[in-house]
Amino acid sequence: MTALRRIWGLVYRHLCVYRGSWPRLVDLAYWPVLQMIIWGFTSHFFASRIGGGGAMTVGMLLGGVLLWEMALRSHLGFSVTFMEEIWSRNLGHIFISPLRPLEMLSALTVMSVLRTILGVLPAAVLAWALYKFNLLSVGPVLVLFAVNLMVMGWWIALGCISLILSQGGGAESLVWSMLAGLTPFACVYYPVAIMPHWLQPVALALPAAHVFEGVRAALGQGIIRWDHLAWAAGLNMFWLLAANALFLQQFNAARRNGALMNIGE
Amino acid sequence: MYAIRAEDLTKRYKTATAVDGITFTVAPGETIGLLGGNGAGKTTTIAMLLGLIVPTRGSIHILGHNMATDRFAALAKMNFSSPYVALPHRLTVAQNLRVYCHLYDVRHTEARIAELAEELDLGPLLGRPAGQLSAGQKTRVALAKALVNRPALLLLDEPTASLDPDTGDLVRTWLERYRAESGCTILLASHNMAEVSRLCSTVLMMKRGSIVDRGTPAALLDRYNREDLEDVFLDIARDRQAEPA
Repeated sequence: MTALRRIWGLVYRHLCVYRGSWPRLVDLAYWPVLQMIIWGFTSHFFASRIGGGGAMTVGMLLGGVLLWEMALRSHLGFSVTFMEEIWSRNLGHIFISPLRPLEMLSALTVMSVLRTILGVLPAAVLAWALYKFNLLSVGPVLVLFAVNLMVMGWWIALGCISLILSQGGGAESLVWSMLAGLTPFACVYYPVAIMPHWLQPVALALPAAHVFEGVRAALGQGIIRWDHLAWAAGLNMFWLLAANALFLQQFNAARRNGALMNIGE
Repeated sequence: MYAIRAEDLTKRYKTATAVDGITFTVAPGETIGLLGGNGAGKTTTIAMLLGLIVPTRGSIHILGHNMATDRFAALAKMNFSSPYVALPHRLTVAQNLRVYCHLYDVRHTEARIAELAEELDLGPLLGRPAGQLSAGQKTRVALAKALVNRPALLLLDEPTASLDPDTGDLVRTWLERYRAESGCTILLASHNMAEVSRLCSTVLMMKRGSIVDRGTPAALLDRYNREDLEDVFLDIARDRQAEPA
């Protein structure tokens, strides 16, 4: 209970920030909605040129956009919440409180989930209203795909936070581009088989590539590829443990070299 | 059991030694002053006591807890205030205090906030964002944050810096009363010699990472044959020897 209370304390601190600022709330949904509008019209345009199978193309593209936004929002929700503490120069107070590092990560995870839902839900509603695309048509297994993408966002964010602890505020800019840089290997809009053979192992080391293979199979052939889901979950487990170990190592290193005192400067 | 027991405390960075093998103890209920010029090692010492920095060598026991192995148990019983560490500016004073009540697992949160608001005259400020307060108001809010968990050990880094004399005196008076009523141990780092003379029963004089002298304010004045602690500070800072009384 005590640990839950401490986690809630940090979550409450960040909820207060959003409660008092509508621009922040708008910002959460701004990019996902913009992406949906652009890709929606683009995919409809291509579908009208392709003819038969066009609807499938629209579905795969819009499904890809929505799900990849989940990973991006999850990643940003986690890492930006941490950076908010740096920007408000509040990390010192946090780290001298009884809040354990893993409890802090739990609070960041909760904020990431909330920010992702608030960010992606309007885009999903828009996809349904404007383009008649219903992501839920994938079926209940969609939840498993989505969770895997969110977990991927968390461990990449953990890697970014570790980098900030190690290199200071100069690494903050990487947070914004880290996951976007992995997009070519996530195979969001094309199958892994399209990539050159030597590049395929890189893609297959990422849970996202397995998720999107699975989503394409579900949307295109109506089958659930449990093998891809199992790979995605296993890889996420591996990367999450590795990122967690890296975070704890960098946190302890920051305590040794005094970096926690002036992080962000 | 000491409130603080630091033994052979050392912090070395790649090119500098910030704290060089200091040893000191603080008895429960005592108010101890940490004095020294810029770069003397006060901030690093406080950061090690708070667990923000790991010592290169030596040990720290806070309220019986070894900070190397049991720091979270100690952190729950202590707190810290400094005008140089901000509270989230966008949150109101009440929201900030609520956050720290949760982090320190303080029960009856609203009652505790009301209590602190009354003690530190924060009532009219509770609904205002922390970033919109004056320096004096921020100091009182920072003190309230440091007291949410009724700490047995309170670390204060220049608690009255940037305050006008009237507000500074109010804060010092309040600290005296709080210590007397709660029996709390206070470690105070300050450049304000009058403040240290008034509040502290013992003073540790630091220079270049070492404790170069220690004693009660009266004993130090006597030893250096001076009438106020500021002259003692200057004697030490400028390497002047103690004059025979």
